[in-house]
Amino acid sequence: MKINLKVWRQKNENTAGKMVDYSVNEVSPDMSILEMVDVLNDDLIRKGDDPIAFDHDCREGICGMCSMVVDGRPHGPQHGATTCQLYMRNYKDGDTIYLEPFRAHAFPVVKDLVVNRGAFDRIIAAGGFISVSTGQAQDANNLTVEKAVAERAMDVAACIGCGACVAACPNGSAMLFVSAKVSHLNQLPQGKPEASRRAINMVKQMDAEGFGRCSNVGACEAECPKEISITNIARLNREYLKAVFTSTEE
Amino acid sequence: MNWFQSFLVSSIGQKIIMSLTGIFLMLFLVVHLVGNLQLLHDDGGQAFNLYTYFMTHNPLIKTVSYLLYITVLIHAIQGILITRKNQASAGGMNRYVKKSTYTTTLANRYMAFWGILIFIFLVIHLKDFWYVMKFTSDLEMVTYPGETHEVKNLYQRVAVEFKELWVVILYVVCMVALAFHLAHGFWSAFQTIGASHPKYLRLLKTTGKIFAFLIPLGFALIPVLFYLFK
Ligand code: HEM
Ligand code: SF4
Ligand code: FES
Repeated sequence: MKINLKVWRQKNENTAGKMVDYSVNEVSPDMSILEMVDVLNDDLIRKGDDPIAFDHDCREGICGMCSMVVDGRPHGPQHGATTCQLYMRNYKDGDTIYLEPFRAHAFPVVKDLVVNRGAFDRIIAAGGFISVSTGQAQDANNLTVEKAVAERAMDVAACIGCGACVAACPNGSAMLFVSAKVSHLNQLPQGKPEASRRAINMVKQMDAEGFGRCSNVGACEAECPKEISITNIARLNREYLKAVFTSTEE
Repeated sequence: MNWFQSFLVSSIGQKIIMSLTGIFLMLFLVVHLVGNLQLLHDDGGQAFNLYTYFMTHNPLIKTVSYLLYITVLIHAIQGILITRKNQASAGGMNRYVKKSTYTTTLANRYMAFWGILIFIFLVIHLKDFWYVMKFTSDLEMVTYPGETHEVKNLYQRVAVEFKELWVVILYVVCMVALAFHLAHGFWSAFQTIGASHPKYLRLLKTTGKIFAFLIPLGFALIPVLFYLFK
């Protein structure tokens, strides 16, 4: 089938970008949307044009690299899936697809569809870790974790740090991401000792990066490829309030 | 900055302020509506005028009313500041060439717009009744049987106002704005202070929708009934 594309092209952070039209012939329904762009890029390179830059790595929905807004939706129209998991069988001959980069003040465009998500790394560095050595694999079994807690922690540990929540949020807020990280670690015994420091420092870094304030719209939850629930945002707010009003951390 | 100042300027702290002021305003709406329903008694305004007298002379209620004026201002100013900050954080209103609105609703997308409409309404509403009542002697004085003191006849003023069609329309439109504001605001306020859980999320959202429907409906009915029947 033939697919028409409108793609955001931008040389670098300091130049203005614009939408450019392309069309790709002989698209197989078994291709992912990324593979279709690969085919288009092959073509562009052969013609001596600049290929479309886009982020990708695992191509199996676990790394979170494939940031892309497909027809106005981060990771495209599928629920609970990444861009690399979006297959062309969802489209028909002659369809037009818009490809744009994730947009947020804290995610500047590097080139075309690639954005700099370093802000997330700095938020993790501010508290998204456990300082003490947690030992070898067998040591994990020495710490008993209640089944329900383990399940809840596992649900949020599924966050792949892709940034779709920020790209979807009308406020460019990173609260779903931060709430997933804080909920993951603060619920487990290994994470408890640093719970207050983590909540305060991660929120502080999130604010410093220029992310927005959460209005509880829920666009993040709807677009999150790992279906992280916004009830975790309520938990982050509780953890934060607890840290501010009951701990010695500032 | 000490720990409390850091909290107040943090993104979550700013939202906690929105939530607490919002909850206080919602409580006020309930009290205000119960009071205003006195207007519907068929007694030429006696119940309403006595109620108004009580509300403006009880020291505790007077204190709470000053708190209320401050609360509205904090909520409105903070709301506008947050909205402007958020627009910048998102990268502008038209961040995507191809727009998708399916994840948002009319209510939650335009919170600041509904809020501004409510604010404009408040200015007109306060000027028409509160100002006339407190700072002018335009109202007629009445003494009801069994009472030793005179009270201002605010009821008469209400009855005159609500005979104007444009006033009635303005009130109804602004109550629609309030309904939208609360349709999202009610549950949002609880989510913000962390009082949201899968166990009662549905209950919270449903209660919010019912609240957002009934309270503005109650307020809007008063001018409509006055216009049609009084
Ligand atoms: C009786 C009047 C009002 C009531 C009962 C009310 C109630 C609420 C409530 C409960 C919230 C949710 C708070 C949260 O998300 O945590 C809210 C949010 C908001 N209000 Fe109001 N409000 C009123 C008037 C106003 C006015 C006059 C303005 C502005 C001019 C305003 C602007 C906003 C904005 C912008 C938000 C969203 C903040 C955000 O989540 O980013 N409100 N309001
Ligand atoms: S919360 Fe969901 S959308 Fe946000 S970074 Fe994690 S996986 Fe991606
Ligand atoms: S490329 Fe790894 S999640 Fe899509």
